[in-house]
Parts: sequence; C-alpha cells; structure tokens
Amino acid sequence: MKMLLKIGSFLGLVLTLVPPIIFFVGNLELSLMKGYMGIGMVLWFVTAPFWINKPSKSEEV
Amino acid sequence: MSNSFLKKVVGETNEFERTPIPSGSLKGAKSFLGMYAGEHTAGTEFVIGPLFVAHGVSAGDLVFGLLIGNLLAVLSWGLITGPIAASKRLTLYYQLERIAGKNVVRWYNLVNSLMFCFLAGSMIAVSATAVGIPFDLEMPTLSDWLPRTPGWILTVFFMGGVITLVAIQGYSQVSKFANVMSPWMILVFFAAAIVGLAQLGVGSFESLISISQEVIWNGVPLAGMSKFTIWHTIFFAWFCNMAMHIGMSDLTILRYAKSWTYGFYSFGGVFLGHFVAWIASGILYSVFLQAESASQEFAPGAIAYKTLGIAGAICVVIAGWTTANPTIYRAGLALQAIFPKVSTWKITASVGVVTSLAACFPALVMKLLDFVALYGLVLMPMGAVIFADFYFSKKMGFQSEAALNSKSAFSLPALLSWVFTLVFCLGLNFFYGVEIFFLGLPGWFVAIAIFIVLSKIKYPLAKSPYLE
Repeated sequence: MKMLLKIGSFLGLVLTLVPPIIFFVGNLELSLMKGYMGIGMVLWFVTAPFWINKPSKSEEV
Repeated sequence: MSNSFLKKVVGETNEFERTPIPSGSLKGAKSFLGMYAGEHTAGTEFVIGPLFVAHGVSAGDLVFGLLIGNLLAVLSWGLITGPIAASKRLTLYYQLERIAGKNVVRWYNLVNSLMFCFLAGSMIAVSATAVGIPFDLEMPTLSDWLPRTPGWILTVFFMGGVITLVAIQGYSQVSKFANVMSPWMILVFFAAAIVGLAQLGVGSFESLISISQEVIWNGVPLAGMSKFTIWHTIFFAWFCNMAMHIGMSDLTILRYAKSWTYGFYSFGGVFLGHFVAWIASGILYSVFLQAESASQEFAPGAIAYKTLGIAGAICVVIAGWTTANPTIYRAGLALQAIFPKVSTWKITASVGVVTSLAACFPALVMKLLDFVALYGLVLMPMGAVIFADFYFSKKMGFQSEAALNSKSAFSLPALLSWVFTLVFCLGLNFFYGVEIFFLGLPGWFVAIAIFIVLSKIKYPLAKSPYLE
C-alpha cells in the first residue's frame, strides 16, 4: 500500500514539472498544462500525507 | 525535517529548555538539510522575487548579488551560529538569559513577538491575494498602504481566523502539513520559472540572456520604487535572515546538531529558496508586467494563477499559510514567556487578532524587503552580545554569562548594547541616509564593541566578587 502511495506521489510531482517543460518546448497548450498541474497537485495532496511523515521502522526502533 | 524534530525545535515541548541537549538527542545532517530546504521556500519568496523586479535590479546584479549574499549567509550560519550552538547546546532565550538576565529577555521577547506578528500578517495578506480570486476581489497595488475595499478586510480576517484557529491547536499538525507540501512547492517554483520564460519568448540560451537583461531584470525601477544595485542584492540576501544567523535565533535549532559544521547545511535552503524561488517569482511577475504594462497591481496569488492555473494559486495560499502559522505560534510562545499565567490559547488568539489587523494593511507586503531588513536589524544586537560573550569574555577580561554568575535578572551592558546599537543605526540612517539594508554590518561591530567596553567596566574578571 505504501509503495502505491509513493508511486502516486511521484506521479503527482511528474505532472507538476513535466507539463511545463513540454509547454516550454511548444508541444502543449497553456490551458492543458494548467490542467495537468492541477491533477498533479491533487495526486500529491491525496497520497503524500499518508507516507511522508510516517517514521520508518529504523526510526521507530 | 522529521516531525518529531520540528516539534522539539519549534514546538519547545518543555524539552531541554534550560539544559544542554544530551548527546542521545542530537540529530543527523539529513534533518538539517530538510529543515532548511523547507523553511526557506516559503510565502515570502512569492513577494521578494517580484519586489526585486519592481526595484529595477539588473540581471547580472541579481544573479551575482544573490550568489555572493547567499554564500555570506551560509558562512554566517556555519561560522558564527553553528560553533556556539554546538558548544553551548542551549536555546537562544536561555543563553541570552544567562548573559543579559530575565528582565532584558522579557523585552527581547516582546519585540520578537511583535515582529513575528507583522511577518505573519504579511503572509496572511499574500494568501488573501489568492483566496480573493474567485470573488473577483480588487487586489492591492504597489503604492497601497491602506486596504482598498471592505472585501479585502473580510478576506484577510477570514484567513487570519482560520490560521489562528489552527495555531491554537498547536504546531504539530501544521508542521506535518508543511513537510508534506515542501517538495511540491519547490517544484511549483521551478515550473513557474519554466512557464514564465516560455511566455516571455525564451527559446535558446542567447534569448535567455537577452530577455533576462532587457525584459525581466532590465535595471529600470517601476514608478515610485527606489533603484536597487548589486550591493542591495548582496546585503539583502545576506541579512534577510540576520535574526537567525548573526542574531542567533537558530541556536535553538542548531543545538541539536551532531557537529558544529551543520550550520553550513543552510546552503540547501538559501540556494533553493533565496536563489531559485526568488528568480522564479521574479519571472512570474515579469510575465504579468508584460501582459499588463500599465498595472500597478501587486498580488502574488493572482499572478501565480494567471501563469500556472489553480496549482499556482493554491501554492501561494499554502506557502503563505505554512509560513504564517508557525510564526503566529512562535509569537505566542515568546509572549507566553512574558505572561506565563495566561493560558496558551488566549495568547495565541490575541496574537491572531493583532496579526490579522496588521494584514489588513497592504504596506506590509509592498514594504516587505524593508520590514525583513528591520526585523533582522532590531534583533541582531543580542546575537552580537552572545557572540562577544562567547569569544571575548576571557580574552578581554570580563565575566562571561554575567547575569547568571552575578545572580542578576538584569545586565546593563547587554541592554545598553542593544539600545545604543539601534540608536547608532538610526543615526546612520537619519543623518547620513544609509539605507536600512546596509545598517546590520556596522551595527554588529558597534554592538560587540559596546558590550565589551561596558562589560569590562561592570563585570571585570579580576575584581569580580562573585568569582571569589
């Protein structure tokens, strides 16, 4: 489950940074880029809180 | 930064407030790198970068000024704050109490909490520029000092109320939330720079250089703004966190460091937040100015929304909120030290009201560069006192930690160093026209000199009856 959450968070960050790069090279419209960034933000918001602040097993010990 | 670390450092959960940190509680380098990266990519960055553009700094002055100024800031953390923190392992407040006495620390806390209120107020105002978008709120302009509309006041009080309510609940949840948001916010700043450059027509390295020099940081200040040079950039980047490094506030954080060298880890924060983020937010503002050249509007939320959509607007709200919230909490802690019998929630609520009132005035945002410089300057002399006490007490022949050793609640040398230094800086500004950004450096030397001279008179080492 934690792995899935991490993958979701990673995808969220990818959708935050990659669409602006594609927009920069001229292969994406501004409105679409904003939409992808919004989706990336939601993905990050719904996945990252569930694993970022959780202590790892080594920290708990 | 791990949440448990933040709680210990900022939340001050009654742990090691008046004792050195035991070796078992020290933290590794990773905690400090993460903390500095998160702390220095905040709501203020959405204002400072655009204000550099508005003040007409040129591209070369900005880049080289930020590189030099940030390097000086890192050296200040690493060479001035870090060694004392690792040697003493005490909070700023307790270290100051041992040198200056409880009564002087009370005044320091009062000034500190007021500064925190104004800083948090500016961040609430920044958040309000994004929250007001759906309501078509009339945004403040660069020359505004007073609120433009009742809608602005309502929005600010709504944001202030929400943030204060959360602060009353304590620091833990907000610190967790800030930790979660930090990586995403940093990427939003990168995205802002990329999209902004594309909108300005950058397509090659040559066009990047020419557009940076001729369009973004063209060296021409906006109407009514003073002209910034490389010296302004260097000194602002160096001293925008003067309260933390030279002012020694970060003793409270760096006392947890396993090594005295951890102050150097601030480079992660300053070069992300005070280089990348300031440049990115400056580019965003430049896009706005190109689209609406006659506009004097200055609203980070609306500007980020136009370029990055909903993600940009929400980033501004969160950046403002996660900066304002711990600041309100810290202001509450500082006041609680003065009024220990008043309950925490009442103190925090009062701080929230003062902060929200301050946030009504857009001048706090428009004059953020001056305010940040003032904030550092006002608290800096006490850092100089700690520095002089640590390094010069034996060499110059006066008692170290005089208030503690003389069992006094009041040290005249410390108080007079603070007051006379500020009077000296005020004089430089008033009579010689030295701008506030440049007062910190001479002020630091003056504070040290005054403290040494007065301590030698008041607490000479050889004649001290307390050491007999």
